[in-house]
Amino acid sequence: MRFLKMDLRAATVAAALTVSLGLAAAPAEAKVEGDTIILGSAISLTGKYSTNGIHAQNGYELGVKMINDNGGVKVGGKSYKLKVVYYDDESTPARGAQLAERLINQDGVKYMLGPYSSGLTKAIAPVTEKYKIPMVEAEGASRSLFTQGYRYLFAVLSTSEQYLASSIELAAEIAKKNGKKPSDVKVAMAFENDPFSLDVRAGVVDDAKRFGMKIVIDDKLPRDLSDMTSTLTKVKALKPDLLVISGHSKGAATAARQIAELKISTPMIAMTHCEAAKVISKFGAGATEGILCPTQWAETLSYKDDLFGTAAEYDALFKKSFEGYKNVPYQAAQATAAVMVWKDAFERANSFDSEALRDAIADTDMDTFYGGIKFSPAGNNIAKPMVLRQIQDGNLNVVAPLKWASSEARHPRQPKY
Amino acid sequence: MFDNISILFQAPIFAVDLLVQGLLIGGIFVLAAYGLALVWGVMNVKNLAQGDMVILGGYVAYQCTLWGIHPILALPIAFVVLFVLGWGVYAAIIRRVVDRDMFTSLLATFGLSLLIQQALNLRFGPEVKIAEAGFGTFDIGELSIPAIRFVGLGLAAVLAICIVLFMRNSRMGQAIRATSQDPRAARVLGINTDQVYAFTYALNAAICGAAGVLVAMIWNIQPFYGLVHSIRAFIIVTAAGLGNLPGVIVAGFGLGVWENYSGFIFGAEFAVAAVVGLLVVVLMVRLFQMYRLRQVVR
Repeated sequence: MRFLKMDLRAATVAAALTVSLGLAAAPAEAKVEGDTIILGSAISLTGKYSTNGIHAQNGYELGVKMINDNGGVKVGGKSYKLKVVYYDDESTPARGAQLAERLINQDGVKYMLGPYSSGLTKAIAPVTEKYKIPMVEAEGASRSLFTQGYRYLFAVLSTSEQYLASSIELAAEIAKKNGKKPSDVKVAMAFENDPFSLDVRAGVVDDAKRFGMKIVIDDKLPRDLSDMTSTLTKVKALKPDLLVISGHSKGAATAARQIAELKISTPMIAMTHCEAAKVISKFGAGATEGILCPTQWAETLSYKDDLFGTAAEYDALFKKSFEGYKNVPYQAAQATAAVMVWKDAFERANSFDSEALRDAIADTDMDTFYGGIKFSPAGNNIAKPMVLRQIQDGNLNVVAPLKWASSEARHPRQPKY
Repeated sequence: MFDNISILFQAPIFAVDLLVQGLLIGGIFVLAAYGLALVWGVMNVKNLAQGDMVILGGYVAYQCTLWGIHPILALPIAFVVLFVLGWGVYAAIIRRVVDRDMFTSLLATFGLSLLIQQALNLRFGPEVKIAEAGFGTFDIGELSIPAIRFVGLGLAAVLAICIVLFMRNSRMGQAIRATSQDPRAARVLGINTDQVYAFTYALNAAICGAAGVLVAMIWNIQPFYGLVHSIRAFIIVTAAGLGNLPGVIVAGFGLGVWENYSGFIFGAEFAVAAVVGLLVVVLMVRLFQMYRLRQVVR
């Protein structure tokens, strides 16, 4: 026993020494190694967010590859290549925060890309803030990320309260066109009880109030949602003019299926994540006809830049670069855009100093295949709107905002159940 | 809330709708709860992995649809697969915890539950899956009811009848009942209780698997959805009492109906709270009944 104890003590001391030595040695000049700039990211490669985590990683990789293949990043007259160090955060916030510490302290990373999901971003942002490391993130949409006064956090995507707000505007427009008042519109809401969906709900409530619409149903769905029968029965009874739903992919899958099964005849239905849940291929074009789906980005939009060309060209390149994609998820497109923000900031700052880079990112004003990028003082992107697409004969066509619309919204929806 | 109640009185058709939908899903709850009562009653093991076995059965159905097998035909397949798996789990894990105290079995089955969840997540990913049976919707007057719910209830009933007959008439069924009454006496009389336990656990897994196939057809499945099915099964068994099959049936259907009504009246966010609230009421009523009984005996 004595021996064992001594061994243990010796081992602990040795381990502590190794760790402290490692800590002392690593950060030296690891941010830029030779002609390579190192970015770091904790990303969900396993666990419940792994599907979208991998989409995001692919987006980062495509951005890095295209930038490296097209002259790299020019700082001080020299051309640098980009490289991203990834760690798998296993879809858990605590692990994400740990890994961010590790990237910064042990690997000496000075430039961060975001993780997947608002939850993980919330866990990592305090860490990057503590070490004053700028982070450009592409997958955390929660409005609450931008009310904390973070100085080093920037997001290229539209925040969550905008997701379904545009559907309220569209309902008001349609009401006016049909000679009714927007305040006559009855809205039914079904939102999952999680931070993201409640943010989406806040946006809808704000806009509905602005038009004086009446909210007739306000249900909050449980996390392990697989049955919406009672909510949809209420919809049948109260006959709202607009039904809005948000509950990630599972919410979209459950809703789309049960709306068809229970033959819900609401003239306008909007829900988040229809694309991620693949509702059209799962439940058929007839059953999902007319459902409105918000998206951060669509390959049919006329956005463009010099590196990737148009949104459609990005779409084609992505499909060629990664196998198994029929549609390019917006999660991947916005991840690529985050890498482009870094390149732009390095070149404008013409420096590797993280303070100078933070200021350069804050001054970003660029057009990309993903849309305009310009950050508010809070760090969210205010140059790019959410777009609303409608399922029309099995295709997703952009119907709002009008500036980007490729088709007219069909109203009332005419599903074939 | 009162608005919602008044809808039910003004348009009773919706009250009927909720009732029918609730009764139709209650059958699935009964299956999983009966399996739990079996294992609990016979082996005194509280199987926290109950819901995860249900979900596992659902994934068997999903895998079958990928292979082009209709999910209805997946029901016997899932039954057999889960039976074999249940036997294996018994031999590897449960056998070692049967005689231990309650917490050991809780911990072991909780670990098993985590293991099943993560394995499913690795194999199938975190997105929700559906085993589409493609039966469409049944219209009765103003009611629209998914036909698969009727089919599901029918299949659940057939399965339940088979199990009850098996427990009554077969030699193994009798051995299981004898063991549950008094394991020591059963052993003295030459029953191999180890084998009985293995069979009971495997049978429970198989019943869960079959229930899972119905869940995958009627709702949807996701690796982490097991917990809610476990909770329902525990609520039903607690409310009905061990070894009370009619009680389990009534409680299961009651739970299905009550979930739908409370979701309608209080909003979906309070459906689970309402269910657990009802359980508290049932337990209180029982407590008072027993209290009175005890006084009489005294």
